[in-house]
Amino acid sequence: MGARFFGADVLRAEDRTLLKGSGQYVDDIRLEGTLHGAFLRSPHAHAIIKSIDTTKAKELDGVHAVYTYDEIEEPLNQPIKQPYPHPLIRKDILGYPLAKEEVCHVGEAIAFIVADTRHIAEDAIPLIEIEFETLEAAVRVREAALPNAPTAHKDSKDNIAAELNIKFGDIEDTFSSADHVLETSFLQHRGGCHAMEGRAILASYNSSLDELTSWSATQCPYLIRRSLAGHFQMPESRIRIISPDVGGGFGPKAGFYAEEIITAFASKKLGKPVKWIEDRQEHFVTTNTQRDSWWDLKIACDNKGRISGVRGKIITDQGAYIPWGLLLAFTSMTPLPGPYKILSMDIDQQVVFTNTVPNTPVRGAGRPNAAYAMERVIETVSRHLKIGSAEIRRRNFVEKKDFPYKTGLIHFNGTPMSYDSGDYHQLLEKALDLADFDNFFERQKQARENGQFLGIGISSCIEDTGNGPYEGVTVRVDTMGKVYVSSGAASQGQGHKTVLTQIVADQLSVNIEDIHVEIGDTSKFPQGVGTVASRVGVNIGTAAFSAANEVREKALNLAADILETDLEDLEIEDGIIRDKSRKNLTISLGEIALKLAPMSGGAVPAGHSASLESTSYQASNGMPHASGSNVCEVEVDIGTGEVKVLNYCVAHDCGKKINPMIVEGQIVGGVVHGIGNALFEEMIYDDGGQPQNTNYGEYLLPLATEMPPIKVIHQETPSPLNPLGLKGAGEGGTIPAAAAIVSAIENALTEFNVVIDRYPVTPEYLCNLIDKENQIEV
Amino acid sequence: MADNREITIKVNGKDMTTYVETRLSLGDVLREHFHLTGTHLGCEHGVCGACTVVVDGEPIRSCLMLGVQAHGKEVTTVEGLSKGEDLHPIQEAFWKNHGLQCGYCTPGFLTTLFSFLENNSDPTEREIREAISGNICRCTGYQNIVNAALDAAKVMKGS
Ligand code: FES
Ligand code: FES
Repeated sequence: MGARFFGADVLRAEDRTLLKGSGQYVDDIRLEGTLHGAFLRSPHAHAIIKSIDTTKAKELDGVHAVYTYDEIEEPLNQPIKQPYPHPLIRKDILGYPLAKEEVCHVGEAIAFIVADTRHIAEDAIPLIEIEFETLEAAVRVREAALPNAPTAHKDSKDNIAAELNIKFGDIEDTFSSADHVLETSFLQHRGGCHAMEGRAILASYNSSLDELTSWSATQCPYLIRRSLAGHFQMPESRIRIISPDVGGGFGPKAGFYAEEIITAFASKKLGKPVKWIEDRQEHFVTTNTQRDSWWDLKIACDNKGRISGVRGKIITDQGAYIPWGLLLAFTSMTPLPGPYKILSMDIDQQVVFTNTVPNTPVRGAGRPNAAYAMERVIETVSRHLKIGSAEIRRRNFVEKKDFPYKTGLIHFNGTPMSYDSGDYHQLLEKALDLADFDNFFERQKQARENGQFLGIGISSCIEDTGNGPYEGVTVRVDTMGKVYVSSGAASQGQGHKTVLTQIVADQLSVNIEDIHVEIGDTSKFPQGVGTVASRVGVNIGTAAFSAANEVREKALNLAADILETDLEDLEIEDGIIRDKSRKNLTISLGEIALKLAPMSGGAVPAGHSASLESTSYQASNGMPHASGSNVCEVEVDIGTGEVKVLNYCVAHDCGKKINPMIVEGQIVGGVVHGIGNALFEEMIYDDGGQPQNTNYGEYLLPLATEMPPIKVIHQETPSPLNPLGLKGAGEGGTIPAAAAIVSAIENALTEFNVVIDRYPVTPEYLCNLIDKENQIEV
Repeated sequence: MADNREITIKVNGKDMTTYVETRLSLGDVLREHFHLTGTHLGCEHGVCGACTVVVDGEPIRSCLMLGVQAHGKEVTTVEGLSKGEDLHPIQEAFWKNHGLQCGYCTPGFLTTLFSFLENNSDPTEREIREAISGNICRCTGYQNIVNAALDAAKVMKGS
């Protein structure tokens, strides 16, 4: 069976509906009698609620209910459960569904109003009388980490949520024998989710069946089912979570939030569907973001620029709660060596509470932070030893012969971090070629003569993808020969339906039009994990391949019996099984399906199992590691501090590509997200914990006019860990991008000795740096 | 307290009449009264462009215009671009160029470009980027949207 669809730019099955405007996002779904909710949220970063009076709000025409903590019944009046428990969490603090007594960040939900329309519900918000006693807030994370800092939670003695360490090799020996010990310190800020659709929930509780159905704009419907089951103490079988068309995810929509509980609770109490659609301002103050992390690193290297050790400390702003446990903290440490062979490492991380929005993964989670940190290390060595930064990378890369390569670190799942395959040297050369790197310095010189400041930056990275445990896939053929594929892996725009169709169509040799895919609905598939961490393509790809193969074998085995021919002589073409030599001897997949699924009284043919279907949870046998090298060119206006990205080149290796068009879309979109991180996106709080920029006029996202042409070139090193050779691709664009941009800016400003120690690199920050460092005349 | 008016808007070629609260935005009226949910609200403060519809030939943000202001006007929403199963050339080009991922921003890009390409038959890449600079897309990185617009311009010019 030749691959017709695997590896081809198959146009997406999802698109026609979306293009016609008939997609069904949560807010588009209409249920009879739906009521609409709005939240009263904390205006203070840290306060005690002294009293709440909802009488007037309840009296407003059209208001059906106003809930505060006191109205939430057992067992729902408990803090949100930790979905990712870990023994290193010192203070496992999560909020209540509605604030109990204390509010710990601006935006924390205090009361929920349910009314005939959203407008009326919002009209009722100011009618709630509420008295606060404000408390001192912990806002700047490095100050919050100090022993006598104001605490983010009134009952805590300090703000330390957890302390972690990763370590391998003999760090003391490495540092004492190094030719050079260098330092680099910097701040990283990843910004928020900013999916164009915010969070959204439509909860509908059916009291006669005691069943809850909830449509949620989520990346992880099964996490929501499990969490709601725990909170409501209800069997999972009575909870159905549907993630319909979802307008982007990017990490923060993978979490479990208080609103899931409250909408379901309200629907149960009122006997009507209850809808809550997050508005954009709420998105800024309630949807998790990826906040500040401060890095101080020391580097041991030799005269040739070979890096032998890295040690140091990270302080991470956890925000007010810890809803993802230590996932983010771990993912910023375990991939730290990146594509480089480092002999020893010793890194501490303090995870510290502040009175800001909780900190959880945004596209790439901690991986972009780790990649950025290692690229800063490379640049520091390059600058200090005056060796080109491409050359420093070459001297430190893991070599092709080293695979599988164990870095010495342990993944938080307990297994050693092991790189399965790749060719980092060749990938870098491809990126440099694509960017015409060798001729850049001539271009730079000429531009400088014209008063322009051009710079070039490189960034290389690895990406651990396709993590476990699994995503399941069922493939079933009906008696008409139509193929049904179902999987738990919800999509937020990644085209899961299309890639599933491609793999199944090839394995069963059926037409794409005959395949019907259902995903993201817990009633359609029993168990799932979630669309995060570039893990879905690898996992559903592997499971779909294995399930479809089993269906194929089942069909061929029965066909061989019926057609009285040898298995090896059979082929399938467009859903018809035939004997290769006697072409008129045929039976269709539909007929086989009928034989395996007879009606009452019938019998399944002896030696064959019922129903032409198979379910597989086969996953990748370990995490495939994708890799990338990026080169970008910028121009800096030294007068205004404006940075223009002139072009951006990506050389990327994600193994075998199921659909190159979709992969490229992921890469380009990811790069732009990373450029946003490098130059624009910053969630700013004032010293009192008040967010300063909660709209898109002030919080800047990348726009079409600012984005450079992005060229992508691939290298294909199939992963040996799964049968299709897949590696993930969803975050590989974002992970290296900020480092490439920042290095390019520094390169443009070489004569000013500018060393950038934070991103986003705003014009104001850059002007100050240039002024401070400017010792020469321009 | 609520002030209500009867309004008639010609939406996608059809006169539609409804009784609305004066405070409702055109976006809300289209979505809630006419059930045309293809128009998406991404920010409701006039920056993201997801809610763009064409009013009397001009692309406007339906989150910033009141429904009552559209009384007597002609409005084209994303639902009005395709003819039955036949996609408009811009929609077709988005499909072929992978110009959408999650699709949430897409209606706003389509309507913006629909109005732009009607008036600019031979745009440069730069002009297209300017034309969509008021639309935010978090997924695609814009490149394929720009490619789609260039392709659509060619097709529309030829037809
Ligand atoms: S919703 Fe109207 S511009 Fe964003
Ligand atoms: S396709 Fe998702 S926001 Fe544009």
